[in-house]
Amino acid sequence: MSSNTDFEPKIIAFVCNWCTYAGADLTGTSRLKYATNVKIVRFPCTGRIDFLLLLKSFAQGADGVIVSGCHPNDCHYTSGNFHARRRWIAFRSVLDLMGVDIRRIQYSWVSAAEGSKWADLVNNTVADIRALGPYAEYQKVADYLEKEGYNEEA
Amino acid sequence: MKKLRERAAELLSQGVVSLVLGYEEGTKRPRPLFCRNSVNAEKLIFDSRCIHNLAVYITKKELVGKERFAVTAPISTLRSIMQLFVENQLNEEKLLVLTVDLNGELREFTTFDEIAAYVAQFELKRGEREQELLSKIEGMTREERWKFWMEEMSHCFKCYACRSACPLCYCSKCVVEVNRPQWINPWPAPLANMEWHINRAMHMVGRCTACGACGDACPIGIPIDLITRKMMEDMAPEFGYIPGQPAKQGNALSTWKLDDREQFIR
Amino acid sequence: METKYISQSGIEQWFDAIVTSGKRVFAPVNSRGQVDFKPVKKLSEVADEYIQTTQSIKASVYPKAEVLFSYEKVNGKVNLTDFDPESVPETVLWKVHPCDAAGFKPLSAIFNWDTTDKLHNAHLAKTSVISFSCSAADESCFCTSVNGSPGNTAGSDIQLTMLPDGGAIVEILSPKGEALVALSPSVFVADKGEKKEKYLVDLPVRFNLEEVNAKLNKAFNSTVWKEQSERCLGCGACAFVCPTCACFDIQEDAHGSKGRRIRCWDACGFALFTLHTSGHNPREHQSQRWRQRILHKFFYMPERLSVVGCTGCGRCSRACPVDMNILEHITSIAKQ
Repeated sequence: MSSNTDFEPKIIAFVCNWCTYAGADLTGTSRLKYATNVKIVRFPCTGRIDFLLLLKSFAQGADGVIVSGCHPNDCHYTSGNFHARRRWIAFRSVLDLMGVDIRRIQYSWVSAAEGSKWADLVNNTVADIRALGPYAEYQKVADYLEKEGYNEEA
Repeated sequence: MKKLRERAAELLSQGVVSLVLGYEEGTKRPRPLFCRNSVNAEKLIFDSRCIHNLAVYITKKELVGKERFAVTAPISTLRSIMQLFVENQLNEEKLLVLTVDLNGELREFTTFDEIAAYVAQFELKRGEREQELLSKIEGMTREERWKFWMEEMSHCFKCYACRSACPLCYCSKCVVEVNRPQWINPWPAPLANMEWHINRAMHMVGRCTACGACGDACPIGIPIDLITRKMMEDMAPEFGYIPGQPAKQGNALSTWKLDDREQFIR
Repeated sequence: METKYISQSGIEQWFDAIVTSGKRVFAPVNSRGQVDFKPVKKLSEVADEYIQTTQSIKASVYPKAEVLFSYEKVNGKVNLTDFDPESVPETVLWKVHPCDAAGFKPLSAIFNWDTTDKLHNAHLAKTSVISFSCSAADESCFCTSVNGSPGNTAGSDIQLTMLPDGGAIVEILSPKGEALVALSPSVFVADKGEKKEKYLVDLPVRFNLEEVNAKLNKAFNSTVWKEQSERCLGCGACAFVCPTCACFDIQEDAHGSKGRRIRCWDACGFALFTLHTSGHNPREHQSQRWRQRILHKFFYMPERLSVVGCTGCGRCSRACPVDMNILEHITSIAKQ
């Protein structure tokens, strides 16, 4: 195994109320076991998930983020996930330009019927993030103020 | 230039417009001039050094007033004006746009379509500076890009000159001023600065016309204009628009297509 | 006050001695196409051939963002950690221009005009200023018009005037300066009787301060503010590069049961600066904010604090994206 065996990734999942949250619920009621590293935050819709929340997660110590909602054409509000998808395309591009590690954000569509897909998604993401290691690069600068002094190098 | 001055004086003395927004000689280079009478029209200049984007003023009612006004606009400003039209921020009846074309002829536009037809002849290309810096950034690994930008961001002191100079940053309340809850930390610190610039870039997706005013305004020389420019370049093929040619088809992030790319979604 | 001579190699030795003593040294460094104060370890890092650093040295005694105190609630008890003046390291500012050194007085006057500011004073107490007189200036410089000069020693602990041989005339101006000299006493030799004035740039006086003051006394309702400020974009660039601008904001950085209170730079040019909770803004228009900036520096501060709030460094004019040239504007007010 890799040197990261002791490392338990902290993962925040931003999910929509109508599909993925219900899907995750189904995972539980179906008695499917999956990694416990994930903390779920429920939103009305993926369209409501502000991109900055993802960055705030990293700043507060998350090593990975999952964003998941209804499959295309299944949105409870008709087009929330389509808008979200466009925003994700742009957001990934900005983050990549700025040098943020976009491999740490996993986007997915998980419907209310896909309890096992949710378990797989979490397990796979945990494995991916475990391989990447802690996101220390980002967390290091999150609390930079005291060290900053006067234009001082970290 | 003579023709521009004469025309501006004429427009003002005849009362066609109450204001001509133009350029005058400044300390180091031309600066904006609010020309409200025909005497001042003598000060007007228009040449390749006039790069300040005057479109930033034309959404400010307290400056341009209620009457019809004219604005002198090089290509980059014309692009911003087009985008402002797309976003329904301008009134064709109130605005007269003046420019001097490549043959030195004075051109006047009153409608979005006229401006669009004129601007269509000019392809938006990277300048030497942008090409050099962007190819440097594009050649970096992700880790190098992160280091590069964090170093740059550590110098940002949040004077918001980038926001103030941008003709498309016309919100009466900016996202950085949202404080319930505190969204982007208002104090300058590298990560808080980065969050601000990522926000700015996201709000400019499909809107930025790469006039470069933000980078030009930055007093500490952070090449922030490259962020929005690169986004404009990269998102054009994604969302099907021509960089620097704003079209009335809805802004990239306010619309969507069924077949938007989604191979990154599991 | 004592005047000495130091040779070029003496300067190098002395600089090394200061660094070796463990003090932080900030000096102008040329990087990213700009010259600004940065921590340095070697004299070779220090920039040459520039007129002015982009930012003033103000951040050394008034950081961009600083923690006033932090707190944490543990088992129902709140632990408060106050700002500790002892946490501020001994700092030497190297190659400060006289206009920057002169900025410490107005800055301190603001920070101590009613209550004394513990943070600012702590930084100031730990800071020694080695200024270099100016042998060059540009069209934005006007220190001679605001009671300064290229060889002004106000605010400096030591002032160096560079000589053609690479050495310098050293004016030791305070006990702090003497302490710095004591780090390497042998390199300071007897003054050669050179006149410092010979090596200073000649900067003509551009306006009469009393005249400006008298004009400003009657200018509150003048139309000049609107005329001058039309092109002002309302950003904070001028305030943030200024050596004397002291507007600040207090912010809470709260995370559950712990947090900290932060003081950070603000600017009177921002619309948000005076916006009330009710929605009313006493300085609603940019012209009113521009008026505040000028009156504060050239009228309110002389009146209330007996010090002009401008040192003539010209940074605001250089930093302004739309060429709001303070010298030009003050001169035109004086002529009205």
